[in-house]
Amino acid sequence: MALLEVQGLTAGYGIVQVLFGLDFSVDAGEAVVILGANGSGKTTTLRAVSGMIAAGGAVRFDGRSVRGMRPDRLVAAGVSHVPQGRGTISDLTVDENLRAGAYSRRDRGIAADIEHWYSVFPRLGERRDQAAGSMSGGEQQMLAIARAFMSRPRLVLLDEPSLGLAPLVTREVFDRVGDLVRDTGTAVLVVEQNANLALAFASRAYVLEAGRIVNQGSSDELRGDESIRQAYLGS
Amino acid sequence: MSELLQYVFIGLGNGAVYAMVGLGLVVIYRSTGLLNFAQGELAMFATFGVWTLHEAGLPIWLALLGGMAIGFAIGAIVHQVVVRPVGDPHQKPLAVVIVTIGLFLGFNALAQLIWGTNEKEFATLFGNSEVDVLGTLVDWQKLGALGILAAEALVFWVIFQKTKVGLGMRAVASNPESSALVGIPVTRILMIGWGLAVSVGAVAGAVWAPTPGLSSNLMQLPLIYGFAAITLGGFDSFVGAVVGGLFVGVLTDVVPRYVDAFEKMTLAPAFLVILVVLLVRPQGIFGRKVVSRV
Repeated sequence: MALLEVQGLTAGYGIVQVLFGLDFSVDAGEAVVILGANGSGKTTTLRAVSGMIAAGGAVRFDGRSVRGMRPDRLVAAGVSHVPQGRGTISDLTVDENLRAGAYSRRDRGIAADIEHWYSVFPRLGERRDQAAGSMSGGEQQMLAIARAFMSRPRLVLLDEPSLGLAPLVTREVFDRVGDLVRDTGTAVLVVEQNANLALAFASRAYVLEAGRIVNQGSSDELRGDESIRQAYLGS
Repeated sequence: MSELLQYVFIGLGNGAVYAMVGLGLVVIYRSTGLLNFAQGELAMFATFGVWTLHEAGLPIWLALLGGMAIGFAIGAIVHQVVVRPVGDPHQKPLAVVIVTIGLFLGFNALAQLIWGTNEKEFATLFGNSEVDVLGTLVDWQKLGALGILAAEALVFWVIFQKTKVGLGMRAVASNPESSALVGIPVTRILMIGWGLAVSVGAVAGAVWAPTPGLSSNLMQLPLIYGFAAITLGGFDSFVGAVVGGLFVGVLTDVVPRYVDAFEKMTLAPAFLVILVVLLVRPQGIFGRKVVSRV
């Protein structure tokens, strides 16, 4: 059984429908990408899954329906969402952002977890008392990812991590998230338009166009697909 | 000299009340980005709670604690029942401001309905005796107001800097959407913020009430001075509310005694402060300039 199972997902803003019945799934510990160009509905998909906007269809996490669940409850249930633009809480320090990431937890391991993430991302440790908003885009992306893991999720939703980052930094972000999937066994669903990096990172991919899934398969299959090559890989 | 000193102490004592009103305003401003016009009337209502408990036989300090609890409940309920259903204050600022003005009128009328229009005598928290400070006789009530303000400032600091709920409140003030995504229960946090604001308002009311007497109009003057205080200090700064409140208190009590033009217009210095600050440094002394990225 899939960890996240989405069937017939519909969503929109006001009278404008953006998603027209999406089916996709993520298995435990799996890295999956939804590829799509600007305006195809990538961000809307993640927002619908995490309960930030009203959605139709079925969203099941770990076998139980989570559609319409409040975002903070969903975090407690095991799903973390790194929003578009990273969503660091800019007035809080790096340390406070990580503590905020553990808000849903009641256990005593929080301080140890924060130290763990400082060892994974040493740059965050150096800047622990600095306001998050004053850091570079790449550092903020690392912070957002570490913060998402602070709730000890089983699934992380990652919204276009490449946005606004230099190519080298983007590559580093994907490398680090790939390490995390392997090391922690946490599943990651990433939406991206950078197909090269995303397909190298994920084991499976869906292609989203104008609110519909038009193609899917393993990353290797899709890398070889002629239409994908033309639309996303520039060759 | 000792006369001036006396006015300064009176000003500080009154300023402590404006500062407390300001603290309540800042709590709401930080979470909504708006001025809560009902802050004074909600505080007045909670102060009637203190009075009612005291009349029922509770010692004044216990009645104050009870009134703070009543205030917390009123603030939380107002947020859940009236403010939240109107929508996100960041999306519909005008609608929420209108709601706070409606709350102002509503609670004023409700207080008159329940407790009548006659002024009520209100017991002082610190008795009616005076104390010699640097050769000047000062009411214990004024010094006590400063002490209470200091205690409140300390409690605020501990709550906001040292507790999980405080972390949540600062997170929600900075970025409500991200706060929800990391698992902070935003609605509950906002509810606590409103409760806290009215709770500190109850204290301001109870400190203020003995002088003018308790009526439904109790907090209207302190609210205006509270606005002046946070305009000066910065809408989003607790330190600014305290410093601004004390400054406005001293200014409005000392200036009219020495400048004839203000003798009959004691509100004027406060408005001048608001005007000058808005012209020269709109974010206030301790406030942060908001830079919006487009």
